[in-house]
Amino acid sequence: MARLTLDRTRQQALSVSVATGAYGISFGALSVAAGLDVWQTCALSLLVFSGGSQFAFVGVIGAGGGAGAAVATSAFLGLRNGFYGVGLAPVLRPMRGWRKAWAAQVTIDESTAVALAQPAEDLPARRAGFWWTGVGVFVAWNAITLLGALLGSRIGDPADWGLDAAAAAAFLALVWPRLAHRRARAVAAASSLLALALTPVAPPGVPVLAAALVAIAAGWGHPRPEEVPE
Amino acid sequence: MSAYAWMWVAIVAAGVLSWATKHAGHSVPESWLENPRVHRIAAFVTVALLSALVAVQTFASGRSLVVDARVAALAVAAVLLWRRAPFIVVVVAAAGVAAGLRALGWG
Repeated sequence: MARLTLDRTRQQALSVSVATGAYGISFGALSVAAGLDVWQTCALSLLVFSGGSQFAFVGVIGAGGGAGAAVATSAFLGLRNGFYGVGLAPVLRPMRGWRKAWAAQVTIDESTAVALAQPAEDLPARRAGFWWTGVGVFVAWNAITLLGALLGSRIGDPADWGLDAAAAAAFLALVWPRLAHRRARAVAAASSLLALALTPVAPPGVPVLAAALVAIAAGWGHPRPEEVPE
Repeated sequence: MSAYAWMWVAIVAAGVLSWATKHAGHSVPESWLENPRVHRIAAFVTVALLSALVAVQTFASGRSLVVDARVAALAVAAVLLWRRAPFIVVVVAAAGVAAGLRALGWG
């Protein structure tokens, strides 16, 4: 049974790595089109390693913005990754030294989602989900960024293959098991509505980050323990 | 310094800030997390952020909201999840629906 769960976890990790990694081709092409060279493009994927932040960085540069604005926008979009580290504490701690440094580097939407999609009582599966997805996406994202940077605009749009919908569906599937209780479903619905309401009026990054306010409101009172997602 | 060198400075700065943000989350003191309120909020935060991410990835196009092939794909994914379909089936079906509708010229 434990083996079965681990296999399922790795299958999820692999699918997410492939679907997310494929987007590296868009990033690589877009970055070169914005005026960065191949080395700079690869350095962004290796060092920043957070899709939203990287697209924002080259977006600002491509639109003629300054380097300072690019750094600020990308850092702002990466703030949610800080919350993920807190949410992952019961899964990953204790950690020190290089292990913690690497865990930080691969703490992204995907690794967090796959880790927390595993059963709460199965700590090995949650850890495997985090590391397999984090490292899997890291390898795929960086390799395919290089490909995109070299091929530039000669390749098609990943949206033609439905990969944007696949990424959203993967996140939906990963959140799904955590919506067992009404309170969690209410949090998911309120967060989605708030993000959509803010999308036309707030700068990029704010809509998703604002969902943290919903979590604070939901966790502030005294929900019964079984209502809190593990 | 040349514009090229400044770009490298910006890339390294963005990388350092990104890593430091992630690392800060993993470094929140254990004693804070033992507070039941912080513990509950931390548990809800991932559900809230990931749900908001799904909503934005499904409906947002830049700063406008649109209904296109992604919405149909996510609806199919939700039905499959409700029917307890395996993860990979959900993801591949969503990609297939979006790609198919776009090939037909919609969304």
